[in-house]
Amino acid sequence: MAVLSHDTFLTGFDGGLRGGPLPPGVTARIPAEAARRFDVYRNNVAVSLTEALASRFPVIRRLVGDEFFRAMARVFAEAHRPQSPVLAEWGDSFPDFLAGFPPLANWPYMADVARIEYARGVAFHAADAEPLDPQLLTGADPETLILHLHPSLQVLASDHAAVSIWQQNQPGAQASPLPAAPETALILRDRAHEVPVHSIGPGDVAMLAAIQSGATLVASAEAGLAADPAHQAQALLVHLMQAGAIVMRRGHLP
Amino acid sequence: MVAMTQLPPLPGLGFKPEHFAAIRAARAPVGFFEVHAENYMGAGGLPHAQLSALRADYALSIHGVGLSIGGQRGLSVDHLQRLRRLCDRYEPESFSEHLAWSSHGADYLNDLLPLPYTPETLDLVCDHVDQVQEALGRRMLLENPATYVLFEQSSIPETEFLTEIARRTGCGLLLDVNNVFVSCTNHRTDAYGYLAAFPLDLVGEIHLGGHDAEDLPSGPLLIDSHGRAVADPVWQLYAHVIGRAGPLPSLVEWDNDLPDWAILASEAERAGAILAAGGAHGRAVA
Repeated sequence: MAVLSHDTFLTGFDGGLRGGPLPPGVTARIPAEAARRFDVYRNNVAVSLTEALASRFPVIRRLVGDEFFRAMARVFAEAHRPQSPVLAEWGDSFPDFLAGFPPLANWPYMADVARIEYARGVAFHAADAEPLDPQLLTGADPETLILHLHPSLQVLASDHAAVSIWQQNQPGAQASPLPAAPETALILRDRAHEVPVHSIGPGDVAMLAAIQSGATLVASAEAGLAADPAHQAQALLVHLMQAGAIVMRRGHLP
Repeated sequence: MVAMTQLPPLPGLGFKPEHFAAIRAARAPVGFFEVHAENYMGAGGLPHAQLSALRADYALSIHGVGLSIGGQRGLSVDHLQRLRRLCDRYEPESFSEHLAWSSHGADYLNDLLPLPYTPETLDLVCDHVDQVQEALGRRMLLENPATYVLFEQSSIPETEFLTEIARRTGCGLLLDVNNVFVSCTNHRTDAYGYLAAFPLDLVGEIHLGGHDAEDLPSGPLLIDSHGRAVADPVWQLYAHVIGRAGPLPSLVEWDNDLPDWAILASEAERAGAILAAGGAHGRAVA
């Protein structure tokens, strides 16, 4: 056959993967079988990407069901192919895709649940940071103390009860009535490298934002109280310490 | 280039996080573990904690699936840098990749796709292998693929193509015996004939794995699925290779439908028995 440059070959083959005609030059010992054999590649690409997405968004799969998920994942994967061989980085556009996916228009919480799942993946792979020894805090002056939070820590606000929906769709979880109010998720990798999801109130949200902006401990606690007069700064700090989420800043002691 | 340290000529297993506790509970019947490079490119967390612990006790092979060595000219510099950091961090005894492509443009396709074997693609793949070895500062192994189609434009037999890449670039080869069986069955050729033409002296590692089968009018179409035990004819081919070449580092791959650790360990023991028998003959006799 005529010489086909490798770039032309790759473009033709990829076109075939996307459902285009059998690429030029593709053959088999029995040439009539070439199309059926090429389908193995088409299928491998679609199935492997679907499985990668399903492993990243298990709650979404559970909520919509396997068959719906597979069909939806194919649509997503064709429009949003991975841009890197590191598949853990794939799927950041999946929540927005869900928000705009017409068959899910009656399930507006779906995108926020997917945002939680994506954030959990980010937290799972986030950089390590050594938890601060609590002894180092005892003598510190809260007026000047600046805390540093673990790189995996993320706060995600939802217009829905997205945290409860996520929690109730974990293996073995019991269903219970969903809260009517919107929820905010605290996502954080713990000392056992697990990434639980907790619902936090406006005081926690404000205090965490203040800590992350570099405010002192006293100023951060005041920010929590300003957002919620009943806020318990102590409870949040205990939770963070237990999870190992208050960390050493490199080369710095409080 | 840094002199390559070697994997031990023993059985190895692909590491799966699900088996970490079992591996830590009792010494595994393996000389090394292998991981897919792309699963360890995050910054921290459980993957690196497990791999660091494993690496302290076992030899390590890092096996890439995302370089797209058979793809368009010019490998991803970002991806090469990530590989370099990973190899610098864990200092594996071996780094290997595939004679295949997996990216087109900016898109990653997550499959090992086939390429025609021509003078043009030979030059291209050699340039890419040079680029990898230079970026990593180490010799790599290149793996023969499992394929389902042929190309009219191919003008060089696969064994010759691989031999010439190794000759030009100095890379070693990873001989996937299951891939040989899958490809030769699919293309209705003789696997023993393929092995007779394969430069066994350049092989730095063997792969074994399970395959699935479909039926076509002309006979079976085998799929390299890594989701079940190694098939008997593949074990026979493997014993033939070890009988000729002597003991080689031999990895059992099982990536999908993961079995219990005990089943995986028994596959490694089966490879170990063949290696032990092969050691009685060895390269000098073969």
